[in-house]
Amino acid sequence: MASTVVEMVNDSLGWITLALDAFSARAVIFGVHIGGHLFVEALLLVAILFLLSQKSYKPPKRPLTEKEIDDLCDEWVPEPLISLIAKDMQYEPPVLESAAGPHAIVNGKEVVNFASANYLGLIGNEKLLDSCTSTLEKYGVGSCGPRGFYGTIVLSVDVHLDCEAKIAKFLGTPDSILYSYGLSTMFSAIPAFCKKGDVIVVDEGVHWGIQNGLHLSRSTVVFFKHNDMDSLQSKLEEIAAGNKRAKKLRRYIVIEAIYQNSGQVAPLDKIVKLKEEFRFRVLLDESNSVGVLGHSGRGLTERFKVPVEKIDIITAAMGHALATEGGFCTGGSRVNDHQRLSSSGYVFSASLPPYLASAAITAFDILEENPGLIKKLRENIELLWKGLSDMPGLSIASNPESPIVFLRLKRSTGSTKNDLHLMEDIAARMLKEDSVFAVTSKRSTLDKCKLPVGIRLFVSAAHSESDLTRASKSLRRVAAQILKDY
Amino acid sequence: MITIPYLTALSTYFSYGLLFAFGQFRDFFRKIFDWWNSTTDLQGYAPICLGLEDFYTRRLYLRIQDCFGRPISSAPDAWFDVVERYSNDNNKTLIRTTKKSRCLNLGSYNYLGFAASDEYCTPRAIETLKRFSPSTCSSRVDGGTTSLHNELEEYVARFVGKPAAVVFGMGYVTNSAILPVLIGKGGLIISDSLNHNSIVNGARGSGATIRVFQHNTPSHLDSVLREQIAEGQPRTHRPWKKIIVVIEGIYSMEGELCKLPEIVAVCKKYKAYVYLDEAHSIGAVGKTGRGVCELLGVDTADVDIMMGTFTKSFGSCGGYIAGSKELINYLKNNCPAHLYATSISPPAAQQIISSIKVILGEDGSNRGAQKLARIRENSNFFRSELQKMGFDVLGDNDSPIMPIMLYNPAKIPAFSRECLKQNVAVVTVAFPATPLLLARARICISASHTKEDLMKALEVFSEVGDLVGIKYFPAEPNKQHLEKCTTKED
Repeated sequence: MASTVVEMVNDSLGWITLALDAFSARAVIFGVHIGGHLFVEALLLVAILFLLSQKSYKPPKRPLTEKEIDDLCDEWVPEPLISLIAKDMQYEPPVLESAAGPHAIVNGKEVVNFASANYLGLIGNEKLLDSCTSTLEKYGVGSCGPRGFYGTIVLSVDVHLDCEAKIAKFLGTPDSILYSYGLSTMFSAIPAFCKKGDVIVVDEGVHWGIQNGLHLSRSTVVFFKHNDMDSLQSKLEEIAAGNKRAKKLRRYIVIEAIYQNSGQVAPLDKIVKLKEEFRFRVLLDESNSVGVLGHSGRGLTERFKVPVEKIDIITAAMGHALATEGGFCTGGSRVNDHQRLSSSGYVFSASLPPYLASAAITAFDILEENPGLIKKLRENIELLWKGLSDMPGLSIASNPESPIVFLRLKRSTGSTKNDLHLMEDIAARMLKEDSVFAVTSKRSTLDKCKLPVGIRLFVSAAHSESDLTRASKSLRRVAAQILKDY
Repeated sequence: MITIPYLTALSTYFSYGLLFAFGQFRDFFRKIFDWWNSTTDLQGYAPICLGLEDFYTRRLYLRIQDCFGRPISSAPDAWFDVVERYSNDNNKTLIRTTKKSRCLNLGSYNYLGFAASDEYCTPRAIETLKRFSPSTCSSRVDGGTTSLHNELEEYVARFVGKPAAVVFGMGYVTNSAILPVLIGKGGLIISDSLNHNSIVNGARGSGATIRVFQHNTPSHLDSVLREQIAEGQPRTHRPWKKIIVVIEGIYSMEGELCKLPEIVAVCKKYKAYVYLDEAHSIGAVGKTGRGVCELLGVDTADVDIMMGTFTKSFGSCGGYIAGSKELINYLKNNCPAHLYATSISPPAAQQIISSIKVILGEDGSNRGAQKLARIRENSNFFRSELQKMGFDVLGDNDSPIMPIMLYNPAKIPAFSRECLKQNVAVVTVAFPATPLLLARARICISASHTKEDLMKALEVFSEVGDLVGIKYFPAEPNKQHLEKCTTKED
């Protein structure tokens, strides 16, 4: 069957060729014999030209009709605004009925407070309270307006300027700039100096304020291993080698002096060496180290005897050792001036309440008059360390100089959630049974920090020796009971 | 949109063009000198402020720096002491003197007059200071929750009219840390085109897609919502996970009230959540000071997330989020500002509690009601007088913020300096807080202003307005004309 069809087709093709060739069988143009195939090719060319001249085919556009959009809108079901949280993940913090000094009242019971970063014991300090009171009487509570920006006529109270001058003088920089909240300091300062295309090398353990600043800056962010200088060096080398344009970009290393998430201290001497070798600028967060590290409390730069000019930008929250609120940023004069118009948290926010600025001034005064406070704090940290050595199931992960004593599980259960539960159990029992108030390191779902969770004890210069032994004994006892199965 | 007179627009463009040209000219010489001296050797570092980034600061802002950031040495009450400053280097640096001048304050957001010492609030704040110290040095989930903080949250929830509330130590952080918790990738934020920078930063930080609708235009919001729901997410066309519409109660640079009832109706129709930022309206408008919902008759149950700040009407610091019990519970377990930031300073918390008590009349006097009546009267009186004089005033009745349009860059310092000479302190606003063309002076009226204060201000404004030439409309125009000129077009 098939063969007959093929034969028939071949026959008919033969006939067609013959018929076509018949016209021009002997035609010669410019010495070329015109065969039938040339005729067919010419026809094809005409056909192609004809098709090309036609409009190309487009499927008709049919936008959604009003009715279809209505249906889509009706059908759309949004997710609930919030997802429900499991009961076991909810957490009710203990409520204080007094100031958060070294001894506080929780649920009508006096407890030893290791939850407040009151490193120098300035909470409740008479001199601090007096200066706050007189400022409150003179200026009221709020300042009712943003600072530098055009609003400030009204608003930059002279206390703010004095406070900025005091901070600058204390740290040895030309000028400084006050923010009205610690958390906003970093996430406003970073986007003011880093824009799209700039390169930031950052420690993976930085706190959320910095993470948010990095995100908002839209710069290229490279993480290095937590407090690991070899990792930092290899990342810097990679950037220097991999990018020819790197020289023209602004490059930063972002670190914390004492990491809130682990209590580690950044080795500034090595970082400065690397920074100078690879020509990076350093952005240093001194939130937990101002008033703590160094001979006179001037922070990490003093601790490592690095001249403060080598660090380009220093930020700090004042809600720790200084026992007030707000934050500051300092650096060269250009760094400060630039922020006054380009830092969103400074320009678009009301200024720090004047009494908190005056508290900061007084806190620096107290610190300068009593260098013994820092010594006392150091002794207290040492004492607590002694008490906590060889804990059952727990190991100290923080630096011996850090006032945040951070303990984590020797052996993790495998999930952060379970680890945290164990820690919370320990903290809750310490509070209930021994009236020692310690806290765990809770993490927001937004936080990208992957460091292990743990128990944090904030040591203060105001803790007495018995407070410290009580804490270490309590922790040892509770941990032994809870962690014996692990 | 603001109708800007044609000639004014032209002259404003010309002024900025001139400033820019001279700035570039001077930068050119600076470059030559720098190269000549080569003292500013960067040694391989890229400059910390890129060329054009601080061009605006160096060449435009510094020239008129004295109009901004004027320090004061008293509380920002109806009258305050402005510290005089002088400069020896063409305004590059300003040096404070010990001389002060007593000026009428038309710039602070001291809507209810709680900024200064108050007979009821200040003693309580001082008492709290002695009991709780200025700071807790700890975050809310650690050791930073005192009984005062819980009391404050109850008061705020009751005042705002929502089941629960959570407070933070700074208004800016409230917006920029809450939005990322509520919405993330796959979500859509539809934001008013003139929303505050904190909302913009919060939206950016969240990772959600952001669309903008025309300022205060419910019909445009409607079309944006329709289009977005029909199209779904970009590229994948998956349906949006959720949509949050973010608006403000009173727009701080425009003085306008938001069209809340219409916007809420649109959001309900399309099942979008409403996020209302009442930074400037809470405590300042409404019969009992409960903000735009009360003023415009919107049920607070229809607004999913209510945000506000304490820096304005309450004379304190910080911000709040109010909403359903589940929402607040979720935020308290997840919001970074709650987990990591130092809790709000106890005396500031006490100031808020006390001022709410005064507003609600729980202090045993009717001072709160008087304050609310006074700010309303003051605002409406001042606005209508300004309009009568022929100023180009933006905003709605009842709003205590009234921007007076200046437009020309040269008129910014002229207006500010001339007013200060006559002891009236005003705030002038220009780029980057407003579009380049739309520079303005922003007047904030307070309940602590007396009729005489306002009369004096009007007198000075009239005189300075003639001098500077900012009465863009004829004085005492007939009513029809007035409406046509001063209300904004859609």
